[in-house]
Amino acid sequence: MSTTSQQAATEGRPATGGSTSTRRPRRRRGTLNLRIGASLVAVVVLAALLSYVWTPFDPTQAMPSDRLQAPNATHWFGTDKYGRDTFSAVLQGARITLLVGVVAVGIALLVGTPLGIWAGMRRGAAEEVTMRFADILLAFPALLMAIMFAASFGASTVTAMVAIGLGSVPGFARVARSGTLQVMSTEYVQAARASSQPALRMARRHVLPNIAGMVVVQCSVTFALAVLAEAALSFLGLGTPPPTPSWGRMLQESQQFLDSMPALAIFPGVAIAVAVLGFNLLGDGLRDRFDPKMTGGKS
Amino acid sequence: MLIRTFVNLARFVVSFVVASVLVFIVMRAVPGDPAQIAAGENATPELVEQMRREFGTDRPLIVQYWDWFSGLVTGNFGTSYVTRTELTGQIVDRVQVSLILVALAIIVALIVAIPAGTFAAVRHRDASGAVVSALSQLGIAIPGFLLGVLLVAVFSLRLGWFPSNGWVPPAEGVGAFLSRVTLPVMALAGVQAAILTRYVRSAVLEVMGEDYLRTARAKGLSPLQALLKHGLRNAAIPVITVTSVQLAALIIGAVVIERVFVIPGLGSFLLDSVGNRDMIAVQSVVMVLVGITLLINLLVDVLYTVLDPRIRQRTNA
Repeated sequence: MSTTSQQAATEGRPATGGSTSTRRPRRRRGTLNLRIGASLVAVVVLAALLSYVWTPFDPTQAMPSDRLQAPNATHWFGTDKYGRDTFSAVLQGARITLLVGVVAVGIALLVGTPLGIWAGMRRGAAEEVTMRFADILLAFPALLMAIMFAASFGASTVTAMVAIGLGSVPGFARVARSGTLQVMSTEYVQAARASSQPALRMARRHVLPNIAGMVVVQCSVTFALAVLAEAALSFLGLGTPPPTPSWGRMLQESQQFLDSMPALAIFPGVAIAVAVLGFNLLGDGLRDRFDPKMTGGKS
Repeated sequence: MLIRTFVNLARFVVSFVVASVLVFIVMRAVPGDPAQIAAGENATPELVEQMRREFGTDRPLIVQYWDWFSGLVTGNFGTSYVTRTELTGQIVDRVQVSLILVALAIIVALIVAIPAGTFAAVRHRDASGAVVSALSQLGIAIPGFLLGVLLVAVFSLRLGWFPSNGWVPPAEGVGAFLSRVTLPVMALAGVQAAILTRYVRSAVLEVMGEDYLRTARAKGLSPLQALLKHGLRNAAIPVITVTSVQLAALIIGAVVIERVFVIPGLGSFLLDSVGNRDMIAVQSVVMVLVGITLLINLLVDVLYTVLDPRIRQRTNA
């Protein structure tokens, strides 16, 4: 997509300043989003942390006598075809989800944000080339990037993290650039430029603090996308290799027993949905908090 | 306008070339030769050498790249390293299947999202509007493959309304085609409908606050008439942007959905090729997917110029 269509997209929806009467309910909804989102994310984080100190069973331990059990008092979420405890696996699966999310978002943040700021401050050819390159990368969604990397370097957690991270770089570059362009047009930056401050110092003192909110929102939204991409990749058998539990692979393995044991699909499925919903709502809530002029719902 | 279209076209060409270089670099960054990988680990050095010559992987990388790229452009994708079959025919057959899925899914998604989003916007102060918004938020969190698995569990295994997988081309019987395509299309469309609903909602909300809509009301139009006559065309522009972005997402989503429903599309071909470590096939299919995405972006940019006189003006000025 070209810059023009992007501009058209943003110009199509000018900031809804409007009357205070319309702003107030949005604020309230924002807080609600923030609360629900933060709670769901907290559940996932706690599940991952808990799995380090306690799980009812070893999630990789096969117990043939207990295979394919429906949820019961011993196995809260039932067991899979090898008799592995689903509840323990769901708890431990949160680790991979968060690990991939944190590293992928980290890569995208550290590569994309400086690029975007640089493009926004330099303007001209530097901006054009950077953003055009970001546009090209946009044609490689995180999942396609990850499939390609898995084909070339083999399926592993590291490949997944790096590929999803690289696939998410353009989003950060774009957000950082558009934020930087806004900041650069303000009077205090004009003043700083007039006093010929070095660019790096200006980026750190004026640009970064002012776009931090937008970037944090982008982190949350990208995290949700990374969780989705990781789950899809594991579902396709191209993510973290077994026996490390991952929600996507659990879901894929459950397909075989969908008729007799739907619980096997439901628990990892709910786990994926909770994580994605959590990070999406958190992003929306943060967006409303940082910038009440923005309408919720887009990145 | 002509100049703009030309610039867009040039951008498309440059993007395609740069993307192909990226794909080539990533795919050839593998330790080892594609011939070695295709021949297997136990192959004799002589066999590997022979395959290397056969596939042309003994030539300099730049020559190999040019060979592959010129093939891409002329529609000759070469021969698979593993199955030794012509790739072009297979890719053409399978791309049709995937495009049918994607096209149906985006249509279904828009049919759901436009009324749902407009409703949520018009009723944004009511509980009913909030329910639609909440449902769309929930829908976004349910990835296509999960929805697919759930749909199979309910509509295929429990109720027996649809087959759980398989594919019949529309030419071989519309009834059989529809019964097999329904669940995968629903699975693909679900998330997109949820995402698009949110964008339609915010686009319509935006338009509802505009002066020209008030003018239309002052002229004596009812709120609904004003919205339909003056609002929706303006709300369409951001929605078209998102739809184009979502089309790209759908094409990738179809890769996973084809796996769930065992559909012989481009996605399952890609995954099979990854499984076989058939590098040349992976490389070409990835480029076809990326090329389709870039092409959609090009078309949308051109569509903009047609739709929005303001963009037309700006480039003329």
